[in-house]
Amino acid sequence: MTDTHAALPSLADRARHVDVDGTVVGVHFFGRTPVFVLGEEALLFAPEDGARRVAIHAGGILASVADGSRIVTGGDDGKLIATDADGAHQVIAADDKKRWIDQIALGPDSAVAWSTGKTAHVRAKKSEPRSFEAPSTVAGLAFAPKGFRLAIAHYNGATLWFPNVADAVPHKLEWKGSHLGVTFSPDGRFLVTTMQEQALHGWRLSDSQHMRMTGYSARVRSLGWTVGGAFLATSGSEQLILWPFDGKDGPMRRQPKMLAPSEARVTVVACHPRQPVVATGYADGAVLLVRIDDGALIKARQADSQPISALGWDASAQVLAFGTEAGSAGVLTL
Amino acid sequence: MTTQTAPEKIPVTVLTGYLGAGKTTLLNRILSEPHGRKFAVIVNEFGEIGIDNELVVNADEEVFEMNNGCICCTVRGDLVRIIDGLMRRKGKFDAIIVETTGLADPAPVAQTFFMDEAVGAKTKLDAVVTVADAKWLKDRLKDAPEAKNQIAFADVILINKTDLVEPGDLSELEARIRGLNPYARLHRTERAQIALNEVLGRNAFDLDRILDIEPQFLEADEHDHDHHHHDHDHHGHDHHRHGNGLKHYHDEDMQSVSLKTDKPLNPDKFFPWVQDLVATEGKDILRCKGILSFKDDPERFVFQGVHMILDGDHQRPWGPNEKRESRIIFIGRKLPKEKIREGFENCVA
Repeated sequence: MTDTHAALPSLADRARHVDVDGTVVGVHFFGRTPVFVLGEEALLFAPEDGARRVAIHAGGILASVADGSRIVTGGDDGKLIATDADGAHQVIAADDKKRWIDQIALGPDSAVAWSTGKTAHVRAKKSEPRSFEAPSTVAGLAFAPKGFRLAIAHYNGATLWFPNVADAVPHKLEWKGSHLGVTFSPDGRFLVTTMQEQALHGWRLSDSQHMRMTGYSARVRSLGWTVGGAFLATSGSEQLILWPFDGKDGPMRRQPKMLAPSEARVTVVACHPRQPVVATGYADGAVLLVRIDDGALIKARQADSQPISALGWDASAQVLAFGTEAGSAGVLTL
Repeated sequence: MTTQTAPEKIPVTVLTGYLGAGKTTLLNRILSEPHGRKFAVIVNEFGEIGIDNELVVNADEEVFEMNNGCICCTVRGDLVRIIDGLMRRKGKFDAIIVETTGLADPAPVAQTFFMDEAVGAKTKLDAVVTVADAKWLKDRLKDAPEAKNQIAFADVILINKTDLVEPGDLSELEARIRGLNPYARLHRTERAQIALNEVLGRNAFDLDRILDIEPQFLEADEHDHDHHHHDHDHHGHDHHRHGNGLKHYHDEDMQSVSLKTDKPLNPDKFFPWVQDLVATEGKDILRCKGILSFKDDPERFVFQGVHMILDGDHQRPWGPNEKRESRIIFIGRKLPKEKIREGFENCVA
């Protein structure tokens, strides 16, 4: 294998290795402590003074989200579980038929949304639990940045649902095909879905104007908004793809910025919470820090042919954590 | 730096069969035998499986069209999600079995493994196994297009419940099945009793191990008359074989076209022709397979396809004493036989 990034400045040697047994599927933080989500059963808390495994699910972990005070996971045991910084965990919901819980979103008022099959559920502190029947299996959930509104991705489009407004008619956004993931732009003006096809689809919510974002070499499985919502950073190509969302038309009739080209495909992206920088993980195991303004690159993990499967920053952007499909993990303190 | 070898892909067996044919019986048999293998099972109804298996997943059979409505690009969206989820637990199972409903079309299941890059990178389709009810299949072939599809699409067919019919009826049923699908492996079973290696690990979609595509009914003919060799000239032997052992049936709308030639083919003619053929007729072509001898090419070229999806590669050098012969077969509905035959013959170098 040739290392296309051999000459780059590197911080890779400064990373702390974490022993993980099993595929890493996500990483979240409590303060500066990284917590790796494993493909099966457990979370791995990885503070500097020793890792600790906390078993929470009886089976595979299919989805995880976090808000700094809790990590909420869904499993193939049909359970939705919240875990706090001490590792204490409680079951928020359990499906009586043990259907998979593979979509979760966290919202305002400690709200949590999840799905089982075609049903999207929402539970918030101050309101009754509610549910919504989508026309087909729910494949993505996202809360709007303002208000109490949930976007639900499914076949042939997405639905915007106001869980607390009893008689509100859900707003349907239609586009033929299978929509697998969904995200609101941080300013709430755009909704973007990832599709089964190698493309993203977007709507400007003010007028439901369509946006098609194509040209990928694979299905887009990871995306995130750069600081201030200026760009939507995505995986799915042999370079970091950044769609501009700064103007009133977003990416309509504009080309994306394409940075950090490689022979390997980008598998995961994690946007720096404070700077226009994107941590970019590749299928060959490399992790690069990519500065958007000038495309400058710093290596954070050496390529070793283990696809990167998880990548995340702590809220202060001092710590970057990464994990691989093959089950290795590292923590880089900047 | 060391290069790691690509991890083994998990084989996926698709179990089809019309309502009541015995799919679940076969599934329970596979799961309960002491084979030491671990299966993840994707079913359409919970509760029918009598075996305790933590890796049983309920599927919704959600079929959708990719690429804005091309019906040959239909895939099973639920399978994409389920396989994504299952692969988080790799190491916990050696193979995946997908049980479809009795009314399901196997094509979208098969196409999922070719159309979704992430699924195709981690798993591979092993075979489509169809369970048929010996007593009722004949009727279903008349009134249920789904049943006909499942037979035509199959790599392995179990004619189940043979204890409920007379031997003569069974031979006739086999001939009818052969009329729809000449290359599937046929097995007669009672209560779905069969050796597992006859249904699992078949590599039916694997180009490297493409099974001999000589239609199986010829084999059966040869067992009946051992003096009867098939090297005399016949274009499209699907017509001419009315052996004593097997009567040959022509189904009105589902047939196979099999062709061969010992003249080397011109790849610059063959590829445009076959690509155009599946582009125009792909909706009606359920399966195709071929072993090809190209002019001045020392290697066998093999291909197989499902509707409009074609997959092909060089396989291995022709042996020194091997007869260099090109053979192709198409199974489908209302196939334009003469057009296909002419097109194929025009590919001769």
